[in-house]
Amino acid sequence: MTTAQKGRYGRFGGQFVPETLMTALQELEVAYNDAKQDESFQQELAYYLKDYVGRETPLYYAEGLTKELGGAKIYLKREDLNHTGAHKINNAIGQALLAKRMGKQKIVAETGAGQHGVATATACALLNLECVVFMGAEDVRRQQLNVFRMELLGTKVIPVEKGSATLKDAVNEALRYWVTNIDDTHYILGSALGPHPFPEIVRDFQRIIGDETRAQILEKEQRLPDAVVACVGGGSNAIGMFYPFVDDEAVRMYGIEAAGSGVDTQKHAAAIHDGKVGVLHGALMYLLQDENGFVQEAHSISAGLDYPGVGPEHCYLHDIGRVQYPHISDAEALEGVKLLCRTEGILPALESAHAIAYTAKLAKTMSTDELLVVCLSGRGDKDVHTLIEALGGGQ
Amino acid sequence: MSRLTQAIENVTAQGDKAFIPYIMAGDGGLETLKPTILTLQKLGVTAIEIGIPFTDPVADGPTIEEAGYRALQAGASLRTVLEELQTFRDDITVPLVAMTYLNPILAFGVELFAIEAKEAGIEGLIVPDMPLEESAIIHDALRVAEIDLVQLVSLTSPAERIAKITAASEGFVYAVTVNGITGARQAFHEELSAHFNNLATYTTKPILAGFGISTPAQVEQLGQLGSGVIVGSKIVDALTKNDWATIEALIAASKQSALRA
Repeated sequence: MTTAQKGRYGRFGGQFVPETLMTALQELEVAYNDAKQDESFQQELAYYLKDYVGRETPLYYAEGLTKELGGAKIYLKREDLNHTGAHKINNAIGQALLAKRMGKQKIVAETGAGQHGVATATACALLNLECVVFMGAEDVRRQQLNVFRMELLGTKVIPVEKGSATLKDAVNEALRYWVTNIDDTHYILGSALGPHPFPEIVRDFQRIIGDETRAQILEKEQRLPDAVVACVGGGSNAIGMFYPFVDDEAVRMYGIEAAGSGVDTQKHAAAIHDGKVGVLHGALMYLLQDENGFVQEAHSISAGLDYPGVGPEHCYLHDIGRVQYPHISDAEALEGVKLLCRTEGILPALESAHAIAYTAKLAKTMSTDELLVVCLSGRGDKDVHTLIEALGGGQ
Repeated sequence: MSRLTQAIENVTAQGDKAFIPYIMAGDGGLETLKPTILTLQKLGVTAIEIGIPFTDPVADGPTIEEAGYRALQAGASLRTVLEELQTFRDDITVPLVAMTYLNPILAFGVELFAIEAKEAGIEGLIVPDMPLEESAIIHDALRVAEIDLVQLVSLTSPAERIAKITAASEGFVYAVTVNGITGARQAFHEELSAHFNNLATYTTKPILAGFGISTPAQVEQLGQLGSGVIVGSKIVDALTKNDWATIEALIAASKQSALRA
């Protein structure tokens, strides 16, 4: 739908990578298009998503949250109930199956919050693939639980001390590793980012979120939602949720960027709000950068949103005005965590808490007969250490 | 024929091999750029590749990456490097080839960059994160300014890409000699000479070997495969240590007519 020419979303996207990677990307594109058409591949993927991941995930009417806010009727798309606790597994299993099909026995991946790393480590354990995950040293510290989980699953986790020691630097190292081990290794990129065909592959493996949501809301309410909300770092859960609704013009969509300490400070990750068009990690996209074109460090309490760019399809959806991209600060996200815990007994991931916090603002502006769907992309168990630091233990 | 191609062919016509050192502009401070360039050209290099530091140099290994971070700390950027080069433009006798990631050029402004780079003595440009298919984003501006856009061909490039890349490359063809990032290597792919023989069937343009070349023996050996070599990490490392003997030995290994005499 929004893929105009090969690998382009309007002016965004492309394949800005070293020549050594071009052949691998072209092979990946061919293999992926082939797999996409292949019924046996789709059946195998569907089998794992159902019996291993636990799909479909519920679309849950959040009555407590709805009553608390007193506006729109709110549904939560429960991606937090997936095996490994987030939506990331949808893409990890899909790409691991693709790697096997391509005859690649080794996997490299990057991870921010560790959710994609855990999902990839899990898929590799399941499918007997060797796995190396690069993770920013700062994120290793913030997400020790996920580091340990990956190691238990047989994955080698390599901390990256360079740069801001977060997701961007982990992607750099994963790309370097891939270019050096191109013959036998597939790179499982975890977000709707990077060079073509990654943004398309990740979107296609994540669109099950939106496809299920669409069918579920039609069944429960006999109509489409009035608003859909999802958090955006690179933007994989959001593009998966939004994509099946893009042509439904009555459905308003909101991708929530991380405002960190505030968008008027230097410490945020709101690339669409504050970025200029640039190239990083293979794609033309909105990018936090200085006047020299040097990439700026992103900041968010949520490791999964701590990225200075945003997926090219989101950039395009912003440009054409189809999706709004407001932002939520660290402090507001923490309130979102508390709100969902208190009203629903659900601990959201800090990433997803940005979507919850925006929902708290948006729902109040909507009438009680309007429907709002939030993508609850992951659960918050991994964030307990961060929450203790931010909120104080025992509170 | 461009000035860059001419400089390479002048060297090979004498029975020598082209030698292009890579330096990280601003490593050791921007003020070192002038003495480094002037000394290198006095030592008989064919051209000089000027690395522009970037925050996310994904094609570079640790040596150049760390040099880049030092250069960033020292205030180097595309703008400050071009300004510095312009201060001694008239002393520069060899063609300069800028090596920069794409984003600093986009932030500078493509047309403005091309004009100011040419004024600073830049005759060629290498953009490691911009393959042939994406080069339209800057190519017109470079053509107007008469700056060669050098394309890289890799060991993984299949025949049809080799044909397109060698046809499009300007100045010379940069043949990457390893799968991977920049930095010293112990051993090279055994099929390298077959690879270069194959490349030569596609083009009469000079073909230079680069990535991983770090010893005089490798300069001699890999230089034989084509028209010469580009040496990066080893030069950067030697400059950091002010070790000019190592640099002289590397350059001497390219003077193969002298070695034979």
